[in-house]
Amino acid sequence: MSTPAEEAKPLAKKKKKVPFDYSPYIRGGKLPHIWCPGCGHGIVLKSLLRAVHASGTSQNDVAMVSGIGCSSRTPGYVDFNTLHTLHGRAITYATGLKMANPKLKVLVITGDGDALAIGGNHFIHACRRNLDLTILVYNNFTYGMTSGQTSPTTTQGKISTTGRHGNIDPPFDTCTLAKAAGATYVARGTAYHFQELEKIIFDAFMHKGTSVVDIIDACPTYYGKYNKYASATDMMEQLEKDGTVSVKQAEKLTPEELEGKLLRGVLHRSERPEYSEEYGKLVTSLQSKK
Amino acid sequence: MATNKKRFMQGNEACAEGAFYAGCTFFAGYPITPSTEVMEISSSRLPKTGGVFIQMEDEIASICAITGASLGGRKSMTATSGPGFSLMQEGLGFACMAEVPIVIINVMRSGPSTGFPTGPSQSDVMQAKWGTHGDHPAIVLIPASVEEIFYETIRAFNLAEIYRTPVIVLYDEIIGHMREAVTIPQPGEVEVVNRVKPTCAPSEYKPYDTTLGDIAPLAAYGEGYRFHVTGLYHGADGFPTNNTKLIEEAGQRLVRKVEDNKERIWKNEEYFLDDAEIGIFAYGVSARSAKFAVRELRKKGIKAGLLRPLTIWPFPDSAVDALAERVKTIIVPEMNLGQIVHEVERVARGRCEVKGIFRVDTEPIKPAQIIEKILGNGPMPSAPVSPTDSNMSEMLIERDMLDG
Amino acid sequence: MSYRYELRFTGSGGQGIITAGIILAEAASIYDGKKAVQSQAYGPESRGGASRAEVIISDEDIDYPKATSIDAMLALTQEGYTKFHKDVKSGGIILIDSDEVKDVPRGDFKVYAFPIIATAANVLGKVITANIISLGLITELTKIVSHDAIEKAVLSRVPAAFLELNKKALHTGFEKGATLAPLS
Repeated sequence: MSTPAEEAKPLAKKKKKVPFDYSPYIRGGKLPHIWCPGCGHGIVLKSLLRAVHASGTSQNDVAMVSGIGCSSRTPGYVDFNTLHTLHGRAITYATGLKMANPKLKVLVITGDGDALAIGGNHFIHACRRNLDLTILVYNNFTYGMTSGQTSPTTTQGKISTTGRHGNIDPPFDTCTLAKAAGATYVARGTAYHFQELEKIIFDAFMHKGTSVVDIIDACPTYYGKYNKYASATDMMEQLEKDGTVSVKQAEKLTPEELEGKLLRGVLHRSERPEYSEEYGKLVTSLQSKK
Repeated sequence: MATNKKRFMQGNEACAEGAFYAGCTFFAGYPITPSTEVMEISSSRLPKTGGVFIQMEDEIASICAITGASLGGRKSMTATSGPGFSLMQEGLGFACMAEVPIVIINVMRSGPSTGFPTGPSQSDVMQAKWGTHGDHPAIVLIPASVEEIFYETIRAFNLAEIYRTPVIVLYDEIIGHMREAVTIPQPGEVEVVNRVKPTCAPSEYKPYDTTLGDIAPLAAYGEGYRFHVTGLYHGADGFPTNNTKLIEEAGQRLVRKVEDNKERIWKNEEYFLDDAEIGIFAYGVSARSAKFAVRELRKKGIKAGLLRPLTIWPFPDSAVDALAERVKTIIVPEMNLGQIVHEVERVARGRCEVKGIFRVDTEPIKPAQIIEKILGNGPMPSAPVSPTDSNMSEMLIERDMLDG
Repeated sequence: MSYRYELRFTGSGGQGIITAGIILAEAASIYDGKKAVQSQAYGPESRGGASRAEVIISDEDIDYPKATSIDAMLALTQEGYTKFHKDVKSGGIILIDSDEVKDVPRGDFKVYAFPIIATAANVLGKVITANIISLGLITELTKIVSHDAIEKAVLSRVPAAFLELNKKALHTGFEKGATLAPLS
């Protein structure tokens, strides 16, 4: 369990500036990655690998399952048991794999379109079951792989290739949705706050049950360009740095000051029986009746 | 060895029993008439035997979950019917592309759309082959009795494991809900095949390595072989490629691994075919009508015979070719508006007449319909001709009656 | 010589028509050592709506699983009788519920009438035993399965708490069937 004070103290600082060696986790010959200059996915990947490393989990026991989209290319670069599946379906493959072998720690890498539009039904049902999956939603507010269409998290009024006159669709809040559907660990981080993100991913990974992390990681190539941010860093500062406040900071702010800001940090945490353990108990009780 | 007990059971029950016999330890599904009993029985049995049962939120999730579970090392299956089978098509293509063994049961009901949920049909025979996009291998088995569902489900698992590909078992609602006696064999009596696992060092493992043949060994996630699987075209190491030469090779091999082994996958029953002048090509419940018709026609001296495929895909070209070579007419009765008849016509290449008997009213093809088609066909001018189904059967079916 | 004996049970969903078909086929197949196939047709609903079960019994493998020319039929509803009585073969028999089936067009078959549902409700105290009473009657009228086989099949399919009730229902059917005369 982490306290807000610990959250503010990222793991990396404890390691006294010994550079982290990513190479055991990166598959030889698979870089460079496909992500655009200015995209935060590489930053998120670093936080992710440091968090998995901190957990002490053997690479043989980690499975990474993704759907379709920019973020879903992540499994191709990392040396785990990796499965790159269909658009929207990562969670369902991950569910089958986790139930087939509950010893595996299963990470789901997905995006806002993948998880919340085409895969929305799977997303809420995974949260409902509380199966031990760590679902990382790389939220870039758009479909980056297919060049910038409106996604379920596109802010109203923003421009996209399918919302050329400004988006009129109300967006989903990933975290509110996850909490309502029953996820037992819900948090938000950003690529900008990468040290805080590492801590959040570590917590999510260690949490037993369905954990969802909404990672704000805007797309400079399409979302940034169409919405006239001066540069990738300008967009990152506006959306990720200034557009969010930590849960702790938020306590001191008025509702007016919080208007339009996304909360960062652990937004919900609860204890509920984990699905694969419950299934295991069912098996044990039935087999003892024989 | 214990005596094998004869049990009176439903087709869907025989399917579940066949799956358990074959070593299936994972079922994910979504309820749908008329296949739900397979799921219900799995939900009861699998937790008791240490297997996994999970009810998913829809059929898309179901086929994806069994694919994930198969990559986790378990023999996995789902069961569905028309609407659910339609939803599964993308996941089916993924399992073909990623070469993951899974078994899909489709208990065919009336369609399109919701159709008549409790009404039988045979109208998914083409979808089973062509439903998912892109060129891909298809192995589809089509049993015609309750006992055959048991054995063909075992065979489906064996073929899936051998060829690292999805295998579909298709049967109509009539066979699925019908009850007949089945004698369940003891463990070991029927061959059960398990996928080939890699023996190389994990660092050497390539999940699509074809240096030793078209089908590479398949490791399970969590065994130390950390490999990559994707629905993108990929090279031997499993990683995506846009090399057109590799894509061509991979596409060709995917189809070839089944095509080159079709003699091993084909399975046909021949009934009175040796001297037949009229051949009937029928599958599933329609083949049972055809058998009845053949016996009645033989009593009338008409040389009719039946060719019944138990493997509908790959299509039994050589058996149909041999039939077309020696009969004057091939009759193809189907509970659809003409699907497999076109395959028969393709193979017959005009060497004999090919005539279909089709219906989609959810009633089975009546034996009398087949008899009438053949009698109306000319070879026996003296044979009775009857205008309707019901009096036709009464006229032709002569049986010794029991007392009472 | 080989034989093929066809039965069709008709009623409405919830009357246990399909269960009765299963029990009869199981009696023939498992307990009498004959070949049997049981099939059914029903609507999407579990209750109400027309349902029918068919049983084919033979001494050899049965190919076509559906009735072609019916030897014996049970009709617990008027709809079942009206719709299907024409499929009964010459010399065949039809058992009807005398309260439910009032309009009884005749043909070249014997019709037996008995207040099956009323007997289930009033004598056995449970209307759901109508299907088992019917099985007793049908067994007695057709002799297509042995008393022993049908009793074993009934008892293997009903919950333990209802064994006696169902046994009584079956025997009620046997007794009434033995003295039942066809409508003239």
